[in-house]
Amino acid sequence: MATTTFEPRIVAFFCNWCTYTASDLAGTSRLAYEPNAPVVRVMCSGRVDPQFVLKAFEQGADGVLVGGCHPGDCHYQEGNYKALRRFRLLKRVLTQFGVDDERVRLEWISASEGDRVQHVVNEMTNQLRRLGPWQQARS
Amino acid sequence: MADKPKVAFYWCASCGGCEEAVVDLNETILTVVGAVDIVLWPVAMDFKKHDIEAMPDQSIAVAFINGAVRMSEQEEWVHLLRRKAQMVVAFGSCAHLGGIPGLANLNTGAEVFDTCYRDVQSVENTAGTRPQLKFVIDDHTLALPEFFDSVKSLDQVIDVDYYLPGCAPPADLIWGAIQAILAGALPPKGAVLSPNKAACDVCPRKDSKPDKIEISEIKRVATHIADPETCFLAQGFVCMGPATRSGCGSRCVEGNMPCRGCFGPMDEVYDQGAKFLSAFASVLAPKDEAGIERLLDQIPDPAGTFYRFSLPTSLLHRRKSGVPV
Repeated sequence: MATTTFEPRIVAFFCNWCTYTASDLAGTSRLAYEPNAPVVRVMCSGRVDPQFVLKAFEQGADGVLVGGCHPGDCHYQEGNYKALRRFRLLKRVLTQFGVDDERVRLEWISASEGDRVQHVVNEMTNQLRRLGPWQQARS
Repeated sequence: MADKPKVAFYWCASCGGCEEAVVDLNETILTVVGAVDIVLWPVAMDFKKHDIEAMPDQSIAVAFINGAVRMSEQEEWVHLLRRKAQMVVAFGSCAHLGGIPGLANLNTGAEVFDTCYRDVQSVENTAGTRPQLKFVIDDHTLALPEFFDSVKSLDQVIDVDYYLPGCAPPADLIWGAIQAILAGALPPKGAVLSPNKAACDVCPRKDSKPDKIEISEIKRVATHIADPETCFLAQGFVCMGPATRSGCGSRCVEGNMPCRGCFGPMDEVYDQGAKFLSAFASVLAPKDEAGIERLLDQIPDPAGTFYRFSLPTSLLHRRKSGVPV
């Protein structure tokens, strides 16, 4: 009997101005990377409501990746700082819920860093392959 | 007398505060008693389970059920009441959202037992005795209800028609709901019977809120005395007002206590804790990782604080089983 290998499903929220553009660059540069992280484009990493992250897990995601502009580079001045504070606080809450550290990740990736998108998605996918699926409690 | 609508009150995992809230109707309760026929109210009247079982299905007009569902006995009772009642109202935070008992979802049932029957300093239990589902002594079999791993809100167990929020629901909301039921003037099924506006919107301290809040130090009621006039968030206290439904009459704020979120979220929000977390993190002052971490260290139990009343109905429902605390 053939064994099915686990393929993690990662939801990637990328900001329009930096990380989404970087993933576009990775594509036009023909950089191959794991197909496990379909991208949801948001206007700013500050738009990523912590509810989106939890909803992703509730709907069957194994990990969530948020990508935004480097500090000081936010198109809206402050959005990525808000994202960082929310992310740090959410991480603490998720630890209390028993969500493994590797499952939620925030990365600053500028528009010119297509190779960074390739590296981060590959790395996270491999980490989650080893970690296994997220088991969502049912009510 | 037979024409009066039959009403049942029942309690599950709760503290008794919701029963107190009914009594807080004061003289109005005489009007309620005059208008309805109470067929079950364990805290105040002597009716047994078999009395309810003997009633025809759908013969109770309304069942008000408070408390979370924590044990198999409560699960049996709420299924029974659902069968006998035409309408079920989840009464109070625990039935509505899981409430304070729902915080136990950060632990397993076994861990709760370990604490209660082994680790608490006042417990002397060298034999390691634990509650058993069945116990035989002198040919008699004693049985206890099962203690579940997870606490559930009422609507995670049975179909619920309406929600009366609050820990406990205030008298004016209860009376308003009873009047609406008697008059048949209820909103669509599934509604929370309280205004769909944030508590901040009607807060008596609303005018003291600055245009931009920036928190550099997080204060706790245990260690700081709050100014009695100023917006709690502006002072650096964790106040759940931005992510909490109004209708409570700002009772806590009037008592110089920040909002703790017992009314649950507005209709558009599907995870109260995450929504508050989002609002709160956005008004913190630091922009660098070290500064953020230093500030966040001042919140010792973020999940327990932001999900104080709503953990079982959060998107993740509970701590993942098998992960050590």
